[in-house]
Amino acid sequence: MRAVDAIMECLKAEGVEVVFGLPGGANLPTYDAFVDAGIRHVLVRHEAGGGHAAEGYAKATGRVGVAFATSGPGATNIVTPIVDAMMDSVPTVFITGQVRTDLLGTDGFQETDTLGITMPVVKHSFQIRSPLEIPRAIHEAFHIARSGRPGPVVVDIPQDLSRADITYEPVTDLNLPGYQPTTEGNTKQIRQAAKAMASARRPVIYAGGGVINANASQELSEFATSDRFPVTCTLMGLGAFPAPHPQWLGMLGMHGTRTANYAMDEADLICCIGARFDDRITGKLSEFAPHAKFIHIDIDPAEISKNIPAHIPIVGDCRNVLRKLIKEYRALEGVDTSRTDEWWQKIRAWQEKHPLRYEDSTDAEIKPQYMVQALYEASGGDAIVTSDVGQHQMWAAQHYHFAKPRRWINSGGLGTMGFGLPAALGAQVGCPDQTVVCIAGDGSIQMNIQELATCSQDKIPVKVFIMNNGYLGMVRQWQELFWDKRYSHVDMGSYPDFVKLAEAYGATGMRLTDKTTLVDDMKTALATDGPVLVDVRVTREENTYPMIAPGQPARDMVG
Amino acid sequence: MGEPGTKELLSLDELEAAGNARSGRKHILSILVENKAGVLTRIAGLFARRGYNIDTLTVGPTEDEQYSRITLTFDGAMHSVDQVTKQLHKLINVLKIRDLEPADTVARELALFKVAVEGAQRAEVMQISEIFRGKVVDVTRRSVIVEITGTTDKIAAFERMVRPFGLIEMMRTGEIAISRGRGET
Repeated sequence: MRAVDAIMECLKAEGVEVVFGLPGGANLPTYDAFVDAGIRHVLVRHEAGGGHAAEGYAKATGRVGVAFATSGPGATNIVTPIVDAMMDSVPTVFITGQVRTDLLGTDGFQETDTLGITMPVVKHSFQIRSPLEIPRAIHEAFHIARSGRPGPVVVDIPQDLSRADITYEPVTDLNLPGYQPTTEGNTKQIRQAAKAMASARRPVIYAGGGVINANASQELSEFATSDRFPVTCTLMGLGAFPAPHPQWLGMLGMHGTRTANYAMDEADLICCIGARFDDRITGKLSEFAPHAKFIHIDIDPAEISKNIPAHIPIVGDCRNVLRKLIKEYRALEGVDTSRTDEWWQKIRAWQEKHPLRYEDSTDAEIKPQYMVQALYEASGGDAIVTSDVGQHQMWAAQHYHFAKPRRWINSGGLGTMGFGLPAALGAQVGCPDQTVVCIAGDGSIQMNIQELATCSQDKIPVKVFIMNNGYLGMVRQWQELFWDKRYSHVDMGSYPDFVKLAEAYGATGMRLTDKTTLVDDMKTALATDGPVLVDVRVTREENTYPMIAPGQPARDMVG
Repeated sequence: MGEPGTKELLSLDELEAAGNARSGRKHILSILVENKAGVLTRIAGLFARRGYNIDTLTVGPTEDEQYSRITLTFDGAMHSVDQVTKQLHKLINVLKIRDLEPADTVARELALFKVAVEGAQRAEVMQISEIFRGKVVDVTRRSVIVEITGTTDKIAAFERMVRPFGLIEMMRTGEIAISRGRGET
């Protein structure tokens, strides 16, 4: 069969049910194969939209997201989603077309060194040099993308090779001698960790996106409730531990709760699970958690002791390790559960003194924080929520209390504006029975707004709520706080008219300006068939608080 | 302190942090990689983007044609060897990394020196070469080329000796290294 038909067979063998992409010259043969393949293809309007849709699909379902692009500009357009997937460990496979082999290296039409451009930002990549390599490369790509620490894998296929006639046999023996992720976790180290937790008087569990990737939320809750361990999650980890829970401290980090950050600051033992001590978590590294010892559980050994030296390093899959840790912890004798009483008193005092708060309007004006609360109420708190990047993202993280994993989908590591709408599209394709909502900023929504056309054409009923303050709000906030209010190119005015734009794209457009009817109006939007774009006008100059100012320690949070 | 095998709980104060300190010495990493296109680029790129400086790097075939051997030296005072090797291990094509202990390692480098010498000075340079077990591989009226193999220190010493004569060019391969004894590197 043609190599391209073999590609389709590989995708089916890997359980792929949908591909997001856009055809072009170099992948014409591949697209010809789609005609008879029986695999759903969602035609996006820009390759970046396809890449983010694959990410959204992967994050919502836990399966590998797949995006196709042609050579040259198609390939360069998916570089941002590739980096995004690398930073946030999203299992994704990107298959790019390449010019014919006789044109390679000649600056041919739409030729670019896709492998070279993406090499620093992929988990792995394959340059196909013979059509016979294609099936193996694709199977290995899926294996690498989904196992170990998940990430993006690129397969670059020259046009002529994809037309070659090959014999397809499913590849079952992977030949990756240099790739053997450690998944089990060292038993002695786990026992040591259990004992340390049992001795700690001021313990904190700090969990990240790795818990969600490992489908270990259940185990995290079990471990936390094996004693009364306080739990905080990173931006990527929200939902890994149920937000409405007595042991929940809220999110930590730059815009986390004071309670979570103060707890880290005063902890004597921090158990980090599937997180990586990013600078948005630690603030000033030299003053981060000065009293703490660290247990660090991660599938990626390179994360352990990268930023913070771990006292008890454990390399393994979070779920495997947590299961063993629970067992070890429950087997311990003489654990004094009252040892954390004082700690909890302190935590409760912080919670009481420093709840997340904002000054609500006294008239009908919609405060951005209230907008998220209203959406939480209107959606019953159980929607899949994607976001773009900026103030709205932080307010969403703070005020939409995620009770389950894979409900909160955003771009954390790379901070990609324009992520939200295509990610919502992908999540909705993966979870057709769920309500999928995108909270966007008026700045970032425009970076991939073209995907509304995709939603309309494919009847993908995402509900987009634009938190419209007419600003690049987070940049404006930093200019206000740290650059003497010298506002430089952050005012977006009131363009475009989002209601008209929605209609032009074949979606429903709404504009909401009244706080008093907001919840009901949002319910109406959510109940409307098909994609809906809601322009919610909010207070223009509101700041996201609390905040660890850049380069400052967590204990000096402001606002 | 509570040992892992006992029931005794442990004191947090006695926990010591592991990993990621700088060793302060030169490291020779012997890296076994799949012999595939782009592997060297991946390794060089990793060093560049993580900000690690490579001092020397050599690549060559091994006894098995599927694999190549990269010998790479870097300064452990500048970078944590732990972090460097962990990052290298993340590359799918990297099979094995060994941080070679100097005492258990035979390391050699090849260098070519082109020295500007005439008349009596030529004899003097040839005499020095002999002491270093070097070979004169090219002679002209106004120059000699000397080939030296040995440890990095020996080559550096030879350089110091001949530089005053007028060193036109020096080329060094960077070290290759193999572990002593019967076991594989």
